[in-house]
Amino acid sequence: MVRALLGKPQTKLVIFTIAALPFCYLLWGAFNDALGANPAEYLIRSTGELALRFLCFTLAISPLRVIAGLPELLRFRRMLGLFVYFYACIHLLCYSWLDMGFEWVDIAADIAKRPFILVGFTAFVLLTPLAATSFNRAIRGLGARRWQMLHRVVYGIALLTVLHFYWMRAGKSNFAEVVMYGAILAALLLWRVWNKRFARH
Amino acid sequence: MQRNQFSIGNDSGFIHPISSDITPQAVYQQRRDLLKRIAAGVAGTSMATWASREALAQAKKPTPLTGQPSKVSGASTMEKVTSYKDATTYNNYYEFGTEKSYPALQAHTLVTRPWSVEIDGLVKKPGRLDIEDLLKYSPMEERIYRMRCVEGWSMVIPWVGYSLSEIIKRVEPFGNAKYVEFTTLADPKTMPGVRSSVLDWPYVEGLRMDEAMHPLTLMAFGMYGEVLPNQNGAPLRLVVPWKYGFKSAKSIVKIRFLEKEPVNSWGRSAPQEYGFYSNVNPLVDHPRWSQATERRIGEDGLLTKKRKTLMFNGYEAQVASMYAGMDLKKFY
Repeated sequence: MVRALLGKPQTKLVIFTIAALPFCYLLWGAFNDALGANPAEYLIRSTGELALRFLCFTLAISPLRVIAGLPELLRFRRMLGLFVYFYACIHLLCYSWLDMGFEWVDIAADIAKRPFILVGFTAFVLLTPLAATSFNRAIRGLGARRWQMLHRVVYGIALLTVLHFYWMRAGKSNFAEVVMYGAILAALLLWRVWNKRFARH
Repeated sequence: MQRNQFSIGNDSGFIHPISSDITPQAVYQQRRDLLKRIAAGVAGTSMATWASREALAQAKKPTPLTGQPSKVSGASTMEKVTSYKDATTYNNYYEFGTEKSYPALQAHTLVTRPWSVEIDGLVKKPGRLDIEDLLKYSPMEERIYRMRCVEGWSMVIPWVGYSLSEIIKRVEPFGNAKYVEFTTLADPKTMPGVRSSVLDWPYVEGLRMDEAMHPLTLMAFGMYGEVLPNQNGAPLRLVVPWKYGFKSAKSIVKIRFLEKEPVNSWGRSAPQEYGFYSNVNPLVDHPRWSQATERRIGEDGLLTKKRKTLMFNGYEAQVASMYAGMDLKKFY
């Protein structure tokens, strides 16, 4: 029953809409002064957290389709992955614009001087070829094996993202959320190690 | 709504009704937030807890506390005062949670009477000072200070209080008392954040004796013409406007006079980030971000450029002489 539902063409549209809702809320909130006393900080923080959440969703597809026996889930992985990139772009845009006023010299100095920004920017740079090669033509062009190898970089991106989040919180001793996301991503990555070694193909 | 002494001209941005007309701003904002959350379909469990908090918030109508405009040099900036709503709902008070919105939501459990401040250490007159006596030590003054948080945002707040030096003079510190240490209440029964280990409790801060005796160093008992709301550090708190906000200890229960420099809580937690002096200084970067600019809360619109941070938060003329010859990069 679930499989039939997942297989319907409309399901993709529903998931797309749900994934876009947070962006719509943030946009509405920005224009209606509904994001609290420090809206710029709220936007930068929320978009970062959204990118991280979608990263978790994307990496959860493969374990879920194996454990729950739902191969149809694979249809949504590319879309969720692109939403990671989308929210990462908005996150970077908010930082560059609202925090740094598009002063490119200051931004370059920040990237060079501040470890957590360097790590975050690196994660974004690594995400870009993944987003660029997410389309069918790119998969065909690269060939399945090379495409697979390139997209394994997402594991490194996951690590960089947690490091970025941790370092951003470092001076505040407020690590509850960092630990939570770190644990989720660790579980999702470790499943792959376990699956490769022990599961029958 | 009536205007009071804080409604200076057209551009103060601050109009505050007389106390009997007040819907506590926190309650007003909570109602709006709840309606928005209902609209977004996520009210759920927050309704029950919100309802009980609203009942408590309604019971506590703020008491007026006013003062004469201060004659201390630099004590009243002409800049636009931050809205009462922002000043009372965007707070760092980790004893009540680490989110900015938590102190306003959780601090109703703080008990501010009875209250006394213990005076300890190298003084001729140690002992306990009751809050009711402290309120009468010196005439209340109204001071409009800039407040700059180390995180990179700032506000302009009209405090009510008097110089800390009025208290210090009365307790007569000895000649070898070079530093003053302040301790905040840390009661796990009434302060949920104290049950967490985000900081080593109680919260401790300190000043050098000349900083503590400086006329600008304020012991505040009120803001916006009323007694301090709980989330802003009721019933009395320090305000040191030329230092980062975390130096301005809230809800003070002890003042101790020492010979050696005390270790402050944030300095203990992250010494590479937070020093003892923590003077506002655009030339000394925080390890994770630059301190050259700041975001003034409530300043016209999301896309307004951040403003330049001023040396000593704009109080250079009044305080710079205390740090003459000191390497401020080393003593951050």
